[in-house]
Amino acid sequence: MSNSLDSYLVLSGLLFAIGTFGFLARRNAISMLMSIELMINAVNLTILAFGAFVPPLNGHAAVIALLVIAVAAAEATVGLAIVVAIYRNRKTPLVDEYDSMKD
Amino acid sequence: MPIGDSIPLLGIRWDDILFVVLAATLLVSALLVVTLRDIIRCGLALIVSFASLAGIYALLGDPLVAATQVLVYIGAISILILFAIMMTQTKDAPTRLVFQTQAWIAAGASAVIGVVIAATVLATTWPAGGQRLWTATADVAHLLFRDYVLPFEVVSVLLTAAVVGAVYLARREPSRREEDRS
Repeated sequence: MSNSLDSYLVLSGLLFAIGTFGFLARRNAISMLMSIELMINAVNLTILAFGAFVPPLNGHAAVIALLVIAVAAAEATVGLAIVVAIYRNRKTPLVDEYDSMKD
Repeated sequence: MPIGDSIPLLGIRWDDILFVVLAATLLVSALLVVTLRDIIRCGLALIVSFASLAGIYALLGDPLVAATQVLVYIGAISILILFAIMMTQTKDAPTRLVFQTQAWIAAGASAVIGVVIAATVLATTWPAGGQRLWTATADVAHLLFRDYVLPFEVVSVLLTAAVVGAVYLARREPSRREEDRS
């Protein structure tokens, strides 16, 4: 089981689906950011699984995964700063109450 | 005395047991992240899922990426998320509705995504070996600082820009009210 590429890919697919559900269904902006982190981690798991099982990709996958982690850190920093800035103006973290452009 | 590859008598390999335990922990904690009512507990479950994912990376033979996962995700991003939760939650937040009104549609859509990905993966024959390869850290270092040195530098510039932008966005501006009025 741990020696088959399929099990890792199915695992990362399930993790991505869970992250999608959280992003679409949660009301809280920070919950949505956490779901995005779950989805990024699922993609990273896919990259590393291919790197571990396909010999020509072996080192490259680890390098790409490291770069993805660094970019995800930048994304989390800016995303959370935006959430904090919006919270300071609107006094709520719930995204369905950010509706001032509706009318 | 070294332990063998598999459990004696049962014949189950240790790697398989580790994989099943880590995968179950990962999926359960990820489900807790998206379903728990109290958002601070969501953040703590997120740390558990990052940690089990680091274990899976180590199982895949990538010790450097596993260590980076622990350092960056558990050490930095989780703490950042927990601080942002503490800065933005009001007292009545946990008692209010957690999901949007279209949560059931979202659940259906993400279930479809999961089933489609799993079916595609299982139906495809990948050009892959049946054995995990150990990724040597020296190889990663050579690739990172020779072939991938331009992306590496671009990422460092991006991180600097992100930190500066985050400080600019999140800082308190006492004089902004007056500027808005004028």
